[in-house]
Parts: sequence; C-alpha cells; structure tokens
Amino acid sequence: MPKAHLKVWRGDDSGQYVEYDVEYEEGMVVLDVVHRLQATQAGDLAIRWNCKAGKCGSCSAEINGKPKLQCMTRMGTFIDGETITIAPLKTFPIIRDLVTDVSWNYRVAETMPELKLSGPDASGHRRMQQIDIDREQEFRKCIECYICQDVCHVIRDHPENQGNFAGPRFFVQLANVAMHPLDQNPKSATVAHGFGLDYCNITKCCTDVCPEGIHITDNAIIPLKERRVDEYYDPIRAIGRKLFGKK
Amino acid sequence: MADIETHEYDVLVIGAGGAGLRAAVEASALGARTGLVCKSLLGKAHTVMAEGGIAAAMGNVYSEDNWQVHFRDTMRGGKMLNNWRMAQIHAQEAPDRVKELEEWGALFDRTPDGRILQRDFGGHRYARLAHVGDRTGLEMIRTLQQHAVHRGIEVHQECTVNRLLKDGDRISGALGYWRESGRMVLFRAKAVVIATGGLGKVYSITSNSWEGTGDGHSLAMQAGADMIDMEFVQFHPTGMVWPPSVRGLLVTEGVRGDGGTLKNTSGERFMFNYIPPMFAAETADTEAEADRWYDDKVNARRTPDLLPRDEVARAINSEVKAGRGTAHGGVFLDIASRRSADYIKRRLPSMYHQFMQLAGVDITKEPMEIGPTAHYAMGGVRVDAETAASTVPGLYAAGEVAGGMHGSNRLGGNSLSDLVVFGRRAGESAAKYALGLTGQPSVDQGAIAERSASILKPFEGGQENPYTLHRELQECMHVNVGIIRTDSEMRQALVKIAELKDRLSRVQVEGHIQYNTGWHLALDMEHMLCVSEAITMAAIERKESRGGHTRDDFPSTSGEFSQVNVVVRLRGSAVSVAQEPLPVMPDELKKLFEE
Ligand SMILES: Cc1cc2nc3c(=O)[nH]c(=O)nc-3n(C[C@H](O)[C@H](O)[C@H](O)COP(=O)(O)OP(=O)(O)OC[C@H]3O[C@@H](n4cnc5c(N)ncnc54)[C@H](O)[C@@H]3O)c2cc1C
Ligand code: SF4
Ligand code: SF4
Ligand code: FES
Repeated sequence: MPKAHLKVWRGDDSGQYVEYDVEYEEGMVVLDVVHRLQATQAGDLAIRWNCKAGKCGSCSAEINGKPKLQCMTRMGTFIDGETITIAPLKTFPIIRDLVTDVSWNYRVAETMPELKLSGPDASGHRRMQQIDIDREQEFRKCIECYICQDVCHVIRDHPENQGNFAGPRFFVQLANVAMHPLDQNPKSATVAHGFGLDYCNITKCCTDVCPEGIHITDNAIIPLKERRVDEYYDPIRAIGRKLFGKK
Repeated sequence: MADIETHEYDVLVIGAGGAGLRAAVEASALGARTGLVCKSLLGKAHTVMAEGGIAAAMGNVYSEDNWQVHFRDTMRGGKMLNNWRMAQIHAQEAPDRVKELEEWGALFDRTPDGRILQRDFGGHRYARLAHVGDRTGLEMIRTLQQHAVHRGIEVHQECTVNRLLKDGDRISGALGYWRESGRMVLFRAKAVVIATGGLGKVYSITSNSWEGTGDGHSLAMQAGADMIDMEFVQFHPTGMVWPPSVRGLLVTEGVRGDGGTLKNTSGERFMFNYIPPMFAAETADTEAEADRWYDDKVNARRTPDLLPRDEVARAINSEVKAGRGTAHGGVFLDIASRRSADYIKRRLPSMYHQFMQLAGVDITKEPMEIGPTAHYAMGGVRVDAETAASTVPGLYAAGEVAGGMHGSNRLGGNSLSDLVVFGRRAGESAAKYALGLTGQPSVDQGAIAERSASILKPFEGGQENPYTLHRELQECMHVNVGIIRTDSEMRQALVKIAELKDRLSRVQVEGHIQYNTGWHLALDMEHMLCVSEAITMAAIERKESRGGHTRDDFPSTSGEFSQVNVVVRLRGSAVSVAQEPLPVMPDELKKLFEE
C-alpha cells in the first residue's frame, strides 16, 4: 500500500506541524487518510466532518495552502511522494488541530434579514416560475463551509473588519432575500443596509474556491452592488422616492 | 457540584435536525423558554444529507393524490405494522408543513404552472415528493435553521448530552459536555424532546455520519422509556460500493424515480423477478409497461425498480449471492442509457458530482455500481401518536429516534415529512406540558457528581482503543444482525456485545479533554452497544420476516407476528423484550385496503 506523507497542524495557535506517514488505498480522499491517522496514530486528533460527501460543509481545511473540503479532495490529485500539508482555516481562531472557532459566522447569520413572502394566491399556492428561481436556488446551494469567508482578504488580513463586513457567504444569503421573486422586505432591510458590501473589491477569490460552484461575485455581489447604486445613488430616483414615497 | 455550568429551560430539545429544529420553533412560539443542543455545528445534522425529497400528498402533479392514498402507501410500505394513527396524521398534515417551509423560505422545484413540483419515489403511488434537485435536506435544514435563529432560540452547538435526569418518575433535565472544552454542562428542563436521529453507525456499511450513534435511543431507554420496532433497520438498496472509501454513501432513490433501472452483470432488469404478491396487482410485469409508467401513471403500473426499499435491498442481495453481481459486490444502476445527459445533470446534480469527484464515474455515460447500505432506524421511542409523548412523563421524541410511524419499513421521502409533522407536535405538547407545571423539577446532584466523574474514566488507563472497539461492533452487527438474520448468528452477536461492553470498561484514550474525538467515540460506544443489544434482542424475538427484518430461519411473514410490536425496555442493566398488540385501526380506514 502506498504511504502518504502528511504534515498536520497539532495544537492551538501556539501549536506546530507534526509529520506522519499513513497508508492509503486507491480512491481515498484526504478525509479518509486523516481518519486512518486518527484510528492508528493520533487518537485525539480534532477534526470536524459529517457527511463525507461534500454536502454538509464541516470538513474545511487548508490543504497545501488552499482551503478545500477534505472529503472531496482525492488522494489521486497529489503527486506521488508529495508532502500533504493540512492546516486549519487561517481566518478563524484555532480551537485545536484542524478545528477552528467559526462562531463569528453564526453571529453574522443572526443579523441577516429574514425572507418575508407575500401570501398564497386564491388557489392556495405561491406561484413562481422555475426560470425565476434558478438563480435563487443557486444561492441556496451554500453548504456553509466558510471557505469563501476564509479566503476573503477583507477579513483574512484584517480581522478588525469582522464587525462591519458580513463576508461572501452572507452576501449570497443577502442576495437570496433581495432577489427572491416574492420577498416583501423593504430595500432598507436588505440592499441599503449592505452589510459591508462596499469593502468588497471584487477580487473573485471567494468564487474561485466555492465547492458548490456558486458564482458568488457575478451572481450575488455585483448585482447587489448595482442595486445599491441604482436605488440610492441615482439622483432622479432619489427625488422620486422623496416625492412619491416610493421605496 | 455547585460550580457546574447550568442552563434552565421549560423545554430542552436535544438534536438540531429537521425534527429538533421544528420542535424548538413550535415550543418557542408557544411561549416556552426553549433551548436546543446538538453534537455538531448548527446546520450539519443528518437532515442536511437528505437528497430525494419530502413526501406530501399535495396533488400538484397528480390531482388523484390525497391523504388517503398516501396513508395507504405508507401502511403497505410498512407491512401494516405502522401505528395507524401516526401514519394518518402524517399523511394529513404533511402538505401544510411543506407549504409552511415554503413560507419560511424553502424554494422547491416548480411545475410548469409555478406550483411545487413532485417526483416519483419507491412505494408512493403518485409522484409525491417535493424536492430541490437532489439536495432537499439542505433546503429543509437551512430554512428551519434560519427561521429558528430569528426566533431567538438558544442553541448550544457541539455539546453532547450524555444522560437524561429525572425527578422521581418525570424528566428534569439533561447532563452533557462541551466537545470543545470537555467540561460538563447541566440543562434543567421541565420537558425534554429527543430528536437525535438514527443509529446507522453500529453497522460497517452505512449512509450515516459519525453522529448516527443511537444516543437518543439509548438515553431514552436508560431513562426508562419503552422502545418499539427496534428489529427493523432499513438497508437502503442503493449505496455506493466502489471505491472502498465511499462504500455506503447514499445514491438517492430519485435516480430510479427519474428513470434509472437496476441491472445485473448480464444486463438483465432483474427486479421483474422479485415482485412480491402483495404488490403484484400494482406493479408492471413487462419492461414496456414499466417504461410507460414514468409518463402515464393512470394507465400503466409502476416499475418494480421502485418497489419498497426492503424488497429491492433483498433482491440485490440475492442477485449478488447468485453470482450475478459486480466484482465489488454490487449491481448496476443505469440512468445513462435511459435519460439525456442534460436531464441527469439538472435533476441529479449532486449525484453527478458525487460519482464524478469520488469515483471518477460519469453517470451520464456509465452505469453506477451500487449495493445495500444501513440507512434508517424504523424503531425507536414508543410515542403517543397525537402528542409524541414517550412513556416517561415530560419526555417527548420526534424524527428518526421515534418509533411506530413507519412500521417495519419506511418509504423514501416519508422521513423528512415525519420530521416536520411530528417535530411540530412534539414541540407543542412539550411546551404545553412544561407551561402547565409549577416550579422547576429537581435534579439529582448525586447522579450528576457520579456521572461527571465517570465520564473521565477513559483517561485513567486501560488498554482498549475506542476505534478498534467500534470497528469490531460494526463488523459484528453487519455480519450477524444485518440484512439477513438467523437465530444462531444473532446469539453470537449478543455474546460479542457483552464482550465489547466489558472491554469498553477498560477503554483508554490519549491526549486531554479538549475536542478529543477519541474520547467522544469512547463515550458514544456506550450508546451504540445499548442500541445494538436492543436491535438484536428484538430481532431474535420476531420469528418471521417482514420489512426491514429478514430471517433465513423464518423466511415468511407470520399471522401471529402481524398483530404485535416487539417492545424493548431497560431495567437496571437488563434488557427485556415483550410482544404487545398493535393499536387497532378503525373500520373506515380499514376499507382503504379492501380494493
Ligand atoms: C444520505 C441520506 C439521504 C436521505 N434522503 C432522504 C430523503 O430524500 N427523504 C427523506 O424523507 N429522508 C431521507 N433520509 C433520511 C432522513 O434524512 C433522516 O431520517 C432524517 O434527516 C433524520 O432527522 P432527525 O431530525 O430525526 O435527526 P438528524 O437530522 O439525524 O439530527 C440529529 C440531531 O441530534 C443531535 N444529536 C444526536 N445525539 C446527540 C446527543 N447525544 N447530544 C446532543 N445532540 C445530539 C445531532 O447533533 C443532530 O443535530 C436520508 C438520510 C441519509 C443519511
Ligand atoms: S470578491 Fe469580495 S467578497 Fe469575494 S473574496 Fe474578493 S473581496 Fe472578498
Ligand atoms: S458560498 Fe460556497 S464557499 Fe461560501 S460558505 Fe457557501 S458553499 Fe462555502
Ligand atoms: S464531511 Fe461534509 S462536506 Fe466534508
């Protein structure tokens, strides 16, 4: 059986990399190898995982410097003998080993606007055409792996921005509310608030790493930014709003 | 133990899958102070993995559909062992719960006229599953999670409940530990809702995540609750079999619902050879009729590929045994030759990615290799159909951990609907019960001190590795109490379980108590051994084959056993089993089965 040479972060902020050799078989993913490491050499290794199928977003880690899902990274993608470095997500405080404190994301989630849908029609249905919700469904594919949050330089390099910037994952959620065909939220609760959208300078790093292939920048962030401009900085519209009380 | 971190609630919900979230939302809406605990991060519970859809007789695709048909399908799928009243409530309330999810933000796929689209699934007469591609569970959990967060429900994530506490006969709270710090935490609660999901992790090939260790089953048993139907474990017919690392991962039944068929290595659609008499009248007996059925439910009968799961899993097992399986011990599931690549990618995007990324198989070009995988526990806490109350005052159960609703075999899609229908009812009843009590029931400080100390024992020195114990249990259960069972093998399993219990008392974990997954597993092992024993004892007791319980030594159904549930109880450290009569279905419902 071939052996993988791993460098795995052990401990908290003041921890260090520890090297291991672990046997693996054809078809395995990084998470399998880490599990084998746990069962044979490092029984107390802290990791998160649930679905092992790229569906729950628990197993995010930085593999050779790139944030990825461990369960969807096949061993076959590495060159034979290559050292595989597995580190916790850098943007979040380390709890232990590969587990980070992602609670900031849950606090941001509490500040997000909630969808408020118009009622059903006389036949008791909320009618929406598939074509009108395709993009909405793309936003709702998010598995909350926080990989996009991890790479976004606005918070990766400047943790102090965390108080003013919701991050790409939540721009996707915001777009979901703002563009839902039946949502009744006033714009002031969604687009106008912005949640730090202006910090984003459209580097597209978030889109590049999203394991769900969500077009975070093109389909969520840019349209949101455009709406902000249209709605709030267009002088004629602004006058219209004043005169006619339009939203 | 004055210094233990303590939280006080009216209602404590254990589990943040679909059932727990829905229960918490309801309890909180009724004004109960509500707390929610879960072992993983919020939003990662098993429910997130559900693929195919949520069953509800909304009649959007076939207006002939209604709750009576759904009820009948559910009972027949469960081989008539279901609690009829639960099956009725479920069929009647599921459509409202789906619409409620939509109101809270869920965006199901649409029909051409803009209503919620429904898809075909095994055992359902009409296309009935509301869905979002093949990621319906994600949609459900995110919707409920966001709704719950905005209701201000207190969520304790990565916190594992290890014991339920009682004040005399009634529930008074729960004791758990933070996975991050390893410290104990006490939840004082007037009522507790258990919504801990399943127990697939006692088997070696399973679709379940690490969380599926049967904690709630075991906690309820330890608290004195009756368990029913524990012998019925669903092996989903289509799990991945290759490569080994993905063995057991689920392939949604939606593949067959959308046109995929099962084939053996000679290319034969073998399901036509396995149509049981009970379903013969409504199942196509030629390939032509089966293929017509996808578009014409009224004039053609359904394909045998979509017989209930127990039938299909047994058929695959037999094909492989007869030497008509693949080299990796599976059979083929083919949609590539039957549907266009575009259609497959649109309807089954995550299956497409799962096979492409994990197995290097393009399912639009090649067949998938699949075989049975331990998937779902039909058995669980015995509950009152109306209130989801267990036999212990103040203790409620909903979702996969509750028993009765699905009888001996669950139909696909009936779990997600079960979660919201009975999650809501459990939350409601728990809140009403709690708000009706005066004063907080007391907790037994002695028990808390004892448990807080004994939980640390695995650090004290022994020689057993928790991962090894777990693997041995999984292999034992798979071989001896798996799809096909016999008395002698199950008795061997009991011997092994006793041995493992003994070895667990000498388990040793390394490292310290912070986020120590080895230690967590050692603690989960106690639950897994408890539920394994319950499954095995119940399976020995049921001397017939029915649904998710097939015995080589009693291969047919028996009239005698068609009238009873096997009830399992834990008293002290002894597990007892008893046969108790099923609730009797009223005549007007019986008529539905006369056609
Ligand atoms: C891959 C897959 C696909 C599926 N597809 C479908 C489908 O298409 N349609 C369908 O109807 N059903 C489907 N099912 C079945 C269905 O998803 C599950 O039965 C259902 O989600 C269980 O929900 P639940 O709310 O009961 O529990 P779960 O979602 O399993 O949640 C259990 C919760 O309890 C918590 N918990 C457990 N033990 C403890 C403890 N000791 N302390 C604290 N918290 C604890 C967990 O952390 C978790 O939050 C599928 C299942 C799988 C595995
Ligand atoms: S595009 Fe914006 S949100 Fe995305 S990574 Fe770049 S700065 Fe961050
Ligand atoms: S948007 Fe993509 S990368 Fe970001 S959390 Fe969601 S799934 Fe992960
Ligand atoms: S374990 Fe669920 S995404 Fe990796």
